[in-house]
Order: sequence, then structure tokens, then C-alpha cells
Amino acid sequence: MLNVNNLTKKAGNGEILKNLSFIAKRSEITAVIGPSGSGKTTLLRCLAQLTPISSGNVQFSGQDLKELSHGEIGLVFQNFHLFPHLTILENLILAPTSHGIQKEIAVQKAHQVLKQFSLGGKEKRFPSEISGGQKQRVAIARALMLDPPLILFDEPTSALDPEMVKEVGEIISSLQDSKRVIILVTHEVRLAQRIASRVLFLDHGILLDNVESAEFFSTDSTKLSKRAQRFLSNLS
Amino acid sequence: MLHFTDILPSIPFILAGVGVTLKFTILSLLCGLPLGIGLALCKISHFLILKKIADAYTSIFRGTPLLVQLSLIFFATPQLIGYPISAFEAGVIAFSLNSAAYSSEIIRAGIGAIDKGQWDAAKVLGIPYKVTLWKIILPQALRNILPALVNEMVNLLKESALVSIIGETDLLRRAQVVASEKFLYFEPLLIAALLYFLMVMIISFFAKKLEKKLNHA
Repeated sequence: MLNVNNLTKKAGNGEILKNLSFIAKRSEITAVIGPSGSGKTTLLRCLAQLTPISSGNVQFSGQDLKELSHGEIGLVFQNFHLFPHLTILENLILAPTSHGIQKEIAVQKAHQVLKQFSLGGKEKRFPSEISGGQKQRVAIARALMLDPPLILFDEPTSALDPEMVKEVGEIISSLQDSKRVIILVTHEVRLAQRIASRVLFLDHGILLDNVESAEFFSTDSTKLSKRAQRFLSNLS
Repeated sequence: MLHFTDILPSIPFILAGVGVTLKFTILSLLCGLPLGIGLALCKISHFLILKKIADAYTSIFRGTPLLVQLSLIFFATPQLIGYPISAFEAGVIAFSLNSAAYSSEIIRAGIGAIDKGQWDAAKVLGIPYKVTLWKIILPQALRNILPALVNEMVNLLKESALVSIIGETDLLRRAQVVASEKFLYFEPLLIAALLYFLMVMIISFFAKKLEKKLNHA
């Protein structure tokens, strides 16, 4: 499991994340919800080690997160960030082959993952030649190539058409596995309701709520912070 | 008034200069571009010393006339290290060093224009810095800056006429030789100008085609 202790991230004079502590379990999807500017993406960037944390520590299965190599954490971006000059297949095998995995084995794995995501036959296409939903599926497939035990999703559906949201949601849901910790940052509240087991509500860098998904979305949510209640009522 | 027929026998002599000029341009490009990439990588590097050296290099080569650089290399080399440098060698060295300074700025800007998300994506995937640079960033950057690089190649081609001053028999020099032999200036120089223009047009034509092909991919 992922164990976050007193994580603080400073930028300039302010604190973007203030003393966050939470646990994310394997075989669960932990959703992080909150208004724009609440620090959700910064939290993911800290967990993915794209930006250093200012204080506190993060442990994964008892190991400090810094000791994990980059390939062991998968991050799926809002804007996919596929490599536009490479084909879908090349996008998938670049990381494994640069880690010394034989090309044939990487290609075989890529075919298998693409098939799993109904992307078979798209291997030779370029990212510009496929739809947004397909791009995000390729991005997820690319993140899975190294079998990371920790997968982070940064608003994976907000650049997609509404009908694609469900599809990508189903894929994320299908990744739940006793070996994986999945963290989903989203402001697509319905998506979180459908697939998350736990919900963390973040506002102005403070973790206000950390509850089971059913509790967060129950009609009688008086146990939640005022902020979360207002956030939810603004949506309905 | 005009005596094109008089210089007709000398036209093959002038035409041979096209090859010399192209040789200068292509060789200087082949040496200058890798050096430019190297300088650009120094400029984006985290090592302050490399950055300062690359910046200083660029300032010096862009801040002094190419003709002065060429003259220095040609006339000062024998004095300094006793090597009797040929006009050809001096030309290629001067143009390579000079165009590296210009193309390094183009390449640096091209790398800077690549979406930061590309770096992030490579980093989370654990792709090593070298692979990220050569397989992800540079291919995209080079595609974006191709028009600017072609422009640099055209500049190089035109500036190569400067070697005529240190005695290399390039296109311009040959036109001047014919001019002084026949006491006719307008005709041979006009032919030289026309040939330069044709070369530039041909390069631009192929560059446009290449650009279209790359944009399609």
C-alpha cells in the first residue's frame, strides 16, 4: 500500500499541499476530488516524483518512494502526452527497450496490451491519426508496459468527449488488482462515484475528507466537511 | 552593348564553380550542424560551465563579421602554428564554426518549444535522459525548426562567396576571373548571380517538399 505521511509541498512563500496524510490500498481505486487549484495535480506530480516534496515522506510497501525507480510508477496524463512522431507501437516499446528488455518481448507485450484495450490493428498508426479516447487508451497501455505497482491518473477523462469518459472509466476499473495501487485525480464526480472505493476531498491543499466512496456520495453526507458538501451540492 | 556571346566559351569554367560552392556549403553544414546540436545541448544543460562556454562561443561568432573570422583563420593559422592552411580548409572551418553558432540558437529554441509534458512522460516512464533527448525531443525539435535550418543553409551558400577573397576558385571567383580576362563585368557576374539564385531556389523547393512530408507523418 501507499502510505503518505505529512506531505507538504511549498512553492514560493505559499504551501500548495499542507501536511497530507493518507493511505491508499492495493486492489482499490482511491479518488482524489476537489475544486480547481486545490492541489490535486501537484499531489500526483509529487507522488510521480516529477517534483520534489518539501517535507514529509511517502512509502510504498514499506519502501521510501524515492527508492523506487521511475518506471515503477505509472502516470497517465490529462493530455495523454503521447510521443507524436512515433507510432502507437513505438510509443509502447520505447520505455521497455530503453530499460534493456528485448525488443521482441516488448513488442509481444505491446500487442497483448493493445488487444486488451481493443486497439489491435492500430500499431502502425500515429497518435494524430486516432481519436481522443483511443489516445488515452494508448497512454494507459503505455503506462502498463512496465507493470508498475502504483498507477496514477491525472484527470484522465477531462480532455475527452462525454461518451469516451465511460469507456476510459471502465478500463481504469478493470485495472484493479491485488498487486496495484491506483490513484485517480478527477473532477468528474460521477466517474469517481462509479469506480472509486475511497474518496479524498482536497481543498486549498488541505485534505478535508477521507472516506469510503459510498459515504462520500450518500444523500445524507452530513459527516463530510462543509466544503465538500458545498462542492457536491454545486454539482447537482 | 551586351556581349554574352563573347563569354560563351567561358561558361563551363564558371559552371564548374557551382560544384565548388556546393562542396563548401555541404561540408560546412555537415560539420556545423553536429557542432550546433552539441552547443544547443550545452545551452540546455544543468552544468553552468558548459552553458557559459556555449553562450560565449555563440556571442563571439555572431558578434564578429564572418569575413574577419575567415581572414583570421586563413592568415593567422600559418603564423600561429606553422601549418600552411589552404583556402578550402580555412573556408570550411570558418563557415562550420560560424554556422554552428547560428544553428545552435535555432536548435535551442526548437528544443525549448517542445511541450514540457513530453519530458514528463519520458521521466515517469523511466526513459534515460540520453534516450529522451535523441529519440523523443530532438526528432520533434528538428522537424519544427527545419524551415529555419534550411534558411541557415541558404545563408551559408550565399556567404560561401566570401572564400573568393582568400583565393578559392568558387563560383564568384570564376566569374571575376572571366570578367578580368574579357574586360566584361556585367555578363559573367550576372551569370554567377543567376546560378546562386537557382541553387537557392532548388534548395527551397526540396525543403518545402520535405516539410510537407514530415508534417504529414
